[in-house]
Amino acid sequence: MNGVHDVGGLQDMGPVQHEKEEPVFHAPWEGRIYGIDRALRFIGKWNLDAWRHQIELLPPADYFRMTYYERWLQVNEQLAVKHGLVSPKELETGLPDQDSAKATPALTAAIAAKRLGRGIPSSHDPAIPPRFQVGQRVRARNMNPTGHTRLPRYARAKQGIITHDHGVYLFPDTNAHFQGEKRQHVYSVRFAARELWGPTASPRDSVHLDMWDDYLEHA
Amino acid sequence: MDATRRGFLAAAGLSAAQDLAHAQDQNHDHDHQVVPSDPALRVKALESLLVEKGLVDRAALDLLVDRFENKVGPRNGARVVARAWVDPAYKKRLLTDAPSAIAELGYTSGQGEHMLVVENGPKIHNLVVCTLCSCYPWAVLGLPPVWYKSTAYRSRAVIDPRGVLREFGTELDDDVEIHVWDSTAELRYIVLPERPARTENLSEEQLAALVTRDAMVGVSRVQPPGAFA
Repeated sequence: MNGVHDVGGLQDMGPVQHEKEEPVFHAPWEGRIYGIDRALRFIGKWNLDAWRHQIELLPPADYFRMTYYERWLQVNEQLAVKHGLVSPKELETGLPDQDSAKATPALTAAIAAKRLGRGIPSSHDPAIPPRFQVGQRVRARNMNPTGHTRLPRYARAKQGIITHDHGVYLFPDTNAHFQGEKRQHVYSVRFAARELWGPTASPRDSVHLDMWDDYLEHA
Repeated sequence: MDATRRGFLAAAGLSAAQDLAHAQDQNHDHDHQVVPSDPALRVKALESLLVEKGLVDRAALDLLVDRFENKVGPRNGARVVARAWVDPAYKKRLLTDAPSAIAELGYTSGQGEHMLVVENGPKIHNLVVCTLCSCYPWAVLGLPPVWYKSTAYRSRAVIDPRGVLREFGTELDDDVEIHVWDSTAELRYIVLPERPARTENLSEEQLAALVTRDAMVGVSRVQPPGAFA
């Protein structure tokens, strides 16, 4: 989706505001929504790609107006309702519906600790061959899907060189919509800054993006 | 008015809070009577609802908050960098298989993403960004600072890296290559900064104390001891 989240290359967003001695959370509620977010994701009704897409669906003016953790709060409320963890009425009143059964088992501290310590899934899968090789010149597809994608607009239709094959990963464009994992290779693709931004960019600079097989074509 | 509004909401067959938010926009005076607009109150309400419904134990939330507020942070990454500076064999492992090398120091990700370490040199400077959201190497740097998640940084790091670096006080010569890493997939990047001059006699621990979060994101260099940052 060509949403407001896809900001790479915008030029009117002002200077970067660097805060000295910044706390991890600026208010206790930021920490609590962070914990709630992680806990609800562990419950497993939605995946990280669906979560990201929910952020992308925020109305553009809201996206820019909200602070980072206000967005998290908003999408957690939305996803909890959408996936039936809570009813709209419960969210409105803050109280469980009278006829709602108590969920068991709850996500306990022990389960949360275990989930945090879980190893990373392997990206090695010889059953899924790569479509491209390191050193090959490729072009990012010119595509404008209306759903979730991790191919930023600024790289579409641009040419680059594959510098690394990272192995096999879930495909976010389908996974975000619960349409299957469609596991495929992800590559680091190096784009010259001038290919992306034209002759005013430094001839020495480059931007590396991680790209799924389905984002690429032979150049 | 409130009863009318509730009727309106029910009639609209709302199924998501987003729609509720839209409705509120048309009826601003009543925001506070339906959903508290104060995020602190909304979070509190959501938390007690989830606990009451038996979905989440409060202790699980306490643990998650504590982990990321107090246990995981840039000190982890600084130890990784210092080890790489003093141990060439470790550095080699770090650059070729970062997850294993980082796990040697006891840090694991638990988030399903893989780590990559990119090395700065006299003529190469690396900079990490996530233009689409806020992807960041939590396992070694903790949660990202506000500026990393800001639209200003995310938008300009890819098109104007030299300008962004200048705002952090990092001036690079024209003949230095900048490599920007846009974290578009489940790979997470940290920069292995250059070891500063006049640090030959420092211990690994003293070296780690010099390494900043900003240097591991790539917006600044590691300063020699006693230098003004």
